[in-house]
Amino acid sequence: MSGLLAIFGNMQLWASTLSLSVPLVLPALGGTFSERTGVVNIAMEGIMLIGAFFAVFFSSLTMNPWVGLLGAVVAGGIMAVIFAWAAIRLRSDQVIIGMAVNIFASGLTAYLLNTIFGFGGTPVNTPMLPHLNWPWLGRIPVLGPLLNDQSILVYITLLLVVAGHFFLFHTRLGLRMRAVGENPEAADTAGINVYRIRYLGVLISGFLSALAGAYLSIGVLNSFEVDMTNGRGYIALAAMIFGRWTPFGSFGAALLFGFASALSMPLQSSVAAKNLVQMLPYVVTILALIGVGGKSVAPAADGVPYEAEK
Amino acid sequence: MGTPAAQGSKTANQPPILELQHITKRFPGVVANDDVSLDFRPGEIHAILGENGAGKTTLMNIIYGLYHPDEGQVFMEGRPLNLEGPHAAIAHGIGMVHQHFMLIPVLTVAENIVLGSEPPGFRFDIRRAAAEVKKISEAYHLEIDPWAKVGDLTVGLQQRVEILKAFYRRARVLILDEPTAVLTPSEIEDLFQIMARLKADGIAIAFISHKLDEVMQVADRITIMRRGRVVRTLLPTETNPQELANLMVGREVVLQVKKSPYRPGPVLVDVQNLVVADEHNYPRVNGVSFQIRRGEILGLAGVDGNGQRELIEAIVGLRPVRSGKVLFAGRDITGLSPRQVSRAGISYIPQDRQGDGLVLNFTVAENLILKDYNGPQIARRGRIDFRRVRERAQRLVGQYGVAPPNPSLLAGNLSGGNQQKVILAREMGLAPEFLIAAQPTRGLDVGAIEYIHKRLLELRDQGKAILLFSLELEEILSLSDEIAVIYKGQIMDIVPGDKATREGLGLLMLGARKSA
Ligand SMILES: Nc1ncnc2c1ncn2[C@@H]1O[C@H](COP(=O)(O)OP(=O)(O)O)[C@@H](O)[C@H]1O
Ligand SMILES: [Mg+2]
Repeated sequence: MSGLLAIFGNMQLWASTLSLSVPLVLPALGGTFSERTGVVNIAMEGIMLIGAFFAVFFSSLTMNPWVGLLGAVVAGGIMAVIFAWAAIRLRSDQVIIGMAVNIFASGLTAYLLNTIFGFGGTPVNTPMLPHLNWPWLGRIPVLGPLLNDQSILVYITLLLVVAGHFFLFHTRLGLRMRAVGENPEAADTAGINVYRIRYLGVLISGFLSALAGAYLSIGVLNSFEVDMTNGRGYIALAAMIFGRWTPFGSFGAALLFGFASALSMPLQSSVAAKNLVQMLPYVVTILALIGVGGKSVAPAADGVPYEAEK
Repeated sequence: MGTPAAQGSKTANQPPILELQHITKRFPGVVANDDVSLDFRPGEIHAILGENGAGKTTLMNIIYGLYHPDEGQVFMEGRPLNLEGPHAAIAHGIGMVHQHFMLIPVLTVAENIVLGSEPPGFRFDIRRAAAEVKKISEAYHLEIDPWAKVGDLTVGLQQRVEILKAFYRRARVLILDEPTAVLTPSEIEDLFQIMARLKADGIAIAFISHKLDEVMQVADRITIMRRGRVVRTLLPTETNPQELANLMVGREVVLQVKKSPYRPGPVLVDVQNLVVADEHNYPRVNGVSFQIRRGEILGLAGVDGNGQRELIEAIVGLRPVRSGKVLFAGRDITGLSPRQVSRAGISYIPQDRQGDGLVLNFTVAENLILKDYNGPQIARRGRIDFRRVRERAQRLVGQYGVAPPNPSLLAGNLSGGNQQKVILAREMGLAPEFLIAAQPTRGLDVGAIEYIHKRLLELRDQGKAILLFSLELEEILSLSDEIAVIYKGQIMDIVPGDKATREGLGLLMLGARKSA
C-alpha cells in the first residue's frame, strides 16, 4: 500500500506522464487533422522516424537544434506530400501506401545512420532543444513540478492542442476540412477544392509527426537510433480514435497512454515481472480501443479516396 | 387544380436567362446527351421529363459545372459560360438540388448552407452564418432552425436546406433533380407551393421528373428526353399524360393496367393479431390481422413509417414476432428463419432493393442464385455448378428483359428498373405461392412500372396470393383486390378495391375511423 502511494504521490510520475505523452499527442493531433479531411494516415509512424533522423542530422551539422527542428519538419513535410500524392491523386489504398512509407522510412533512416554517421552512431555533442526552467513556476504547488523544467516542445505541444481545437472548430478552413471528411461530394458541389483540403490535412499531420520525431531525438535525447519511434505513430492513431477525432480528446487519450508508460517505469523496479509491466501501455491501448468499440464516430468519408467526375 | 404553380406566369415571355446549345456528352459506351438544345426563362418552371437513364441528371450536371460537355455551349444571359467547376456555376447564379442530397448530416443547418461561401474572415462566425440563414429563410418563406443538426431533419426539411443553399448563393436559376422522388405526398404539396412562390419572384426553375401527373400539374413548359435526345418541347395545355408517356418511352404505353375480374380462391395467408417491435423495442405493429386468398392482391396502404416495414419483415422472418401468428396454407410459420420461410413457398421483394435485395458487387448471375445456391437446381454435392448458374441466368435475363442482357455484369451497374427486374426474376423463379412486394416500383420509370405491374397481375391470375405494400395510392388502387389501411401499427379498415376511393383511403391513412 505504502509502495503504491509512493509511486502515485511522486510528482515525477506526473511530470514524466506529460513528457512521455508529447510524442503521442502530436501525431494524434496530426492524425485528427488528416482523418477529419478523409485520409487515414498510417504513415505518421514513418514520418516521425524521418523527423527524428533529420532533426539530429541538421542539429549536429549546424550545431543549432532549431535548424534541426526545421530540417525535421521540412523532411517530414516532403514525406507527407509524397504520401498525400499517392493517397489523394493516385487514389491508392491509404493503409497500404502508409505501410509502404513506414517500411521505407525505417530502411532509409537506418541506411543514412550507417552511411553518414557510421558505426559510432550520431555525434555525442549533438545539441538538444532547450528545457525551460523558471524558478517562479517551480514554486507553484502541484502544477509547478509538473510543468517546470520540460522541453520547450512540451509547451509548444500544449499550445498546438489549443490552437488545433480552435482551427478545426472555429475557422472557415476547419469547417471545410470537416466537411470534406464527411462528404467530399457535397463539399465539391459547394465549390470547395476537395484535393487541396485533403493535402492540407495530410501536410498538417506530417508536420506534427515530424515535430514528435524531433522531440524524441533532440528533445529528450540528443541521438538517433534505428526504429526509435517504436510504434508511437500507431498508438497515436489509437489515441485519436479513443479521443473521437478531436484535439482535446486526442490529447486526453494520449495522456492516458503516456501515463501507462510513465507508470510502467517505477513499477518495473518494484515488481518481479518486469516484461509484463512493460506491456502496460499497449494493454491500455487495446483496452481503450475495445471500450470505444462500436461507438466510434469516424468521419463518414474517412479513408475513402475521392474522384471528381468529369 | 388550384395549386398556385399551375397559374399562368407573367414573366414567361422574357428572354431566356440560361440557354444550352447542341450539348453532347459521351460516357464509355453511351451517349448520355446527344445534341441537346434547351432554354430556361425567369419566372418559369421548365420540366424535363424522361425515363431513368434518359440523360436528365447528366445534362443538369453539365449546367452545374460538374461535367464538361464534349460538344456544345452553355449561355447565361446571352454570354457563353466557361463552367470549369461548381464554383463557377455558383458564381453565375446557378443553384442545384441534387437527386441525392449533398448534405453533411453531422453539421448544423447553418453550417451546411454557408459551406464554401461562409461569411468572410479567418474565423468561422457561426452566429453571423445563422443570422444570414435566418434572414434568407424568412425572405423565401422557408422556415428552418439554423441550429438544428441536418441529420435529425426529415427528408422534406433536408430538401429545404438544399434549396436554401442555392439561394444563399443568390441563385437565379434553380435546378431540382427529381425533387419529389423522396417526399411524402404532403411534402410534395409543400414543395409545389414553394416552387410557385419562387416562380413569382422571377426564379427560373428546371424541374426534373419522371412522374407525369406532377409535371402536368406544375410545369409551364415540358421537354421530353429519351436516350439522351430531346424528343419534343410542349406546353401542358396542348398535351395529356398518355401522350407524354408515349413520347417518353417511345411506344404506346398502358398507363391504366387491365385487370381481369377478381376470382378469390381459398384463404392462403392468415395473419392473426401480430405484434412486432422495432430495433429500439418500440412496438410498431399492434395486433394486425388480415387474410389473403389465392388469386388476390391485398394492397397495404398507409403513410410511410406506420409499421409497414416491421409487419412485412416479421412475416418473412427477418424480425422477431412478439405475439400473434402467421398461418400459411394452414401451417404456422411464425418465427421461422428467412430461409425456412422462403422454402415454404414465400417470395419477397424488399423495399430497399440495393441494400436488401441485391449484392451490388455480385454479378447478375450470382444474384439470381442467392436464395437457392445450395439447392438441387444449382448445387451438386455441395459445390456450385457454374454451368447451371449460367444457364439459369441466361434464361431469366432473357425472360424478364433485363437490359443489358449480360448476366456477368455487376448488379450495381444496372439501372434501378433493371435491378428490380433481377430481383423479380429471382423471386418469381422460386415459383412462390405467396409473394410479398414492398414498394416494388419505387423510383422506377413508366416503362418499368408497367412491366412490373403486368407481372404481379399475371401471378395473381395464376392463383397465387400477393401482399403489395406501396406508398403510391394510385398503384394500390389500380392493382389491389382488397385494400388494408394501416395507421400506427393497426389496420384501420379493409375495403374492397373496386369500392375504395382516394379520399376515403386518405382519411383512413390519417387515422380517421370509418364513421358508418
Ligand atoms: N459518371 C458516369 N459514367 C458513366 N456513365 C454514366 C455516368 N453518369 C451517367 N451515365 C450514363 O448516362 C446515361 C444517362 O444517365 P442520367 O443522366 O443519370 O439519366 P437520368 O438522370 O435521366 O436518369 C445512363 O445510361 C447512365 O448509365
Ligand atoms: Mg437522374
